[in-house]
Amino acid sequence: MSTIAQTLFEKVWRAHEVTPETADTPAVLYIDLHLIHEVTSPQAFTVLRQRALKVRRPQLTFATMDHSTPTRTEQVFGGAPIAIEAAARQVRELEVNCAAFGVELLDLRNDRRGIVHIIGPELGLTQPGKTVVCGDSHTSTHGALGALAFGIGTTEVGHVLATQCLLQRKPRTFAINVKGQLPAGVSAKDLILAIIGRIGVSGGTGHVIEYRGETIRALDMDGRMTVCNMSIEAGARAGMIAPDETTFAYLSGRPRAPRGEDWERALERWRALPTDPGARFDQEIDIDASTLEPMVTYGTNPGMVIPIGGAIPERPGDPVFEKSLAYMGFSPGQPIKEHPVNVVFVGSCTNGRLSDLRLAASLLRGRKVASGVQMLVVPGSQQVKREAEAEGLDRVFLEAGAEWRESGCSMCLGMNGDLVAKGHYAVSTSNRNFEGRQGVGARTLLASPLTAAACAVRGRVTDPRELM
Amino acid sequence: MEPIRTLRSRTAVLPVSDVDTDQIIPARFLTTTTREGLGQHLFADWRYGPDGTPRPDFALNRPAAEGCAILVAGNNFGCGSSREHAPWALTDYGFRAVVSTQIADIFRSNSLKNGLVPVIVDPATHRWLLEHPGAEVSIDLETATLRHPAGEAHFPLEPFARYCLINGVDELGFLLGREAEITAYEARVGIR
Ligand code: SF4
Repeated sequence: MSTIAQTLFEKVWRAHEVTPETADTPAVLYIDLHLIHEVTSPQAFTVLRQRALKVRRPQLTFATMDHSTPTRTEQVFGGAPIAIEAAARQVRELEVNCAAFGVELLDLRNDRRGIVHIIGPELGLTQPGKTVVCGDSHTSTHGALGALAFGIGTTEVGHVLATQCLLQRKPRTFAINVKGQLPAGVSAKDLILAIIGRIGVSGGTGHVIEYRGETIRALDMDGRMTVCNMSIEAGARAGMIAPDETTFAYLSGRPRAPRGEDWERALERWRALPTDPGARFDQEIDIDASTLEPMVTYGTNPGMVIPIGGAIPERPGDPVFEKSLAYMGFSPGQPIKEHPVNVVFVGSCTNGRLSDLRLAASLLRGRKVASGVQMLVVPGSQQVKREAEAEGLDRVFLEAGAEWRESGCSMCLGMNGDLVAKGHYAVSTSNRNFEGRQGVGARTLLASPLTAAACAVRGRVTDPRELM
Repeated sequence: MEPIRTLRSRTAVLPVSDVDTDQIIPARFLTTTTREGLGQHLFADWRYGPDGTPRPDFALNRPAAEGCAILVAGNNFGCGSSREHAPWALTDYGFRAVVSTQIADIFRSNSLKNGLVPVIVDPATHRWLLEHPGAEVSIDLETATLRHPAGEAHFPLEPFARYCLINGVDELGFLLGREAEITAYEARVGIR
């Protein structure tokens, strides 16, 4: 073994080099877990058919459906047809492809189905030290367990299906050291929004981020996944957190996690993964979490973010900034608080896990969603839904006047018809506030589940600490 | 993939920073199960009015932008989702190169696999190009150089990516050719 101090990323990378990179060729990197879904896989299977190729390792490939699937119970379980014909076709095509190529699929009615980045960890498929890819940029989520996980395009989905490998140049490394305790009312979502605000939407380009420090160690797995999830919003393809006792406790006993002696052996390997003392990163920044406030975005990319008590910044002479504010219907200098809200969405692979729903419910309990506001709560998976229902969270949401749906991506990208109307303001716990992301002309304010719930109660942009 | 050695075209200029993949191709067009025909939906929400007619003020709808194969965009192009539908839409529309000061990782990787050349230039060159829509520009892949009437700029192009573009090689063929190494790796780590 080499004695050079290595980062978590370098250890995982090296262990998966089929052939290392040279000046002329990228590395051939072995992939341990390939997750696929209905939107970015059809064209990849077409290539397999055209070239008469098989899926090389079907047992390392796992499929779910989430992006274009309905969230209305009657369409999922009641036999009502999927409203959007093209979405129904994609779902059928995934079923046909998985059957033809021998890939395990959690189909629409499966009780383990859910958003691909929620179910990977939830089933114990995602494990420390693994390489995980999916035709979806938020694959970075899985890095919270100490995996090297990144999104790929459809051509690469085909590469992994056919060869279980990818051609990759080694990215650079970026350490984000977080210290200090998160104040009450400030969550992992606020932390990652603040980080993106600090380094910008392209600050992590070409890098793998490792989130480090006492604040990260103190986060539960759901919070760690929220942080790693939005690495891509900072331009980084992957975010990682070193595995520790929190990770092991989370994984222990999950359906696809190792058991018995295998578990003991795995633990031994996993404990060797954290970055060695003295290992060097290409970039490094420090963040003090103790001074953070609930964060909210005001513009059309996730880097356009301010503390909730703040005002919209002024950038005279910047036409791009002005265009963004015009789209949002905001003016420079205007406070964001008290701005009216039409829709509140709690869900997505960023904030659709049980602890997110608990946070939202904690503010809604005994309160009502303001009249005229639509609130949609969409659990990240069917398992999250069951667990939430076992705790009575569904009752809290329904009694407050929110809608409680079946799992899926839903209003995060609106492919399934869960859309925000033109010109309407949506406070959303998802990850992208791009123009039109939640519907043509829709205006998205990204925030934490606590903030989203507070906004639902007041019908205005509200600091959740006022209701706590 | 068609081999590309040099590209020569007038430029279409889209002076917007942080153009994300949701703008390039909105999610409602991702329900397709093929790669073809996405060009008609490229920049759909900017290109068409609510009634579906082209907006005359949108950069690509100006007569001068017609037939341009090189798109010059504002800073940081292609952030957001991993949807390969973005380069598919751009190439189906007729673009062969995108020029910016920074190009998001996944979009860049997807572009290279579809014969769309990602060209990252220095701020001065970028400014000149933004200020001169319709300029006659050539992009030479052999030397990774962009030439415009007032000067030239080198751009980063990884040797393997250049090799694939110039020879029209697809990476899948390369990976399939590594069968022996892949099998040896699997044996070494115990994957059966
Ligand atoms: S929830 Fe949103 S961000 Fe996450 S996978 Fe689905 S569409 Fe992508």
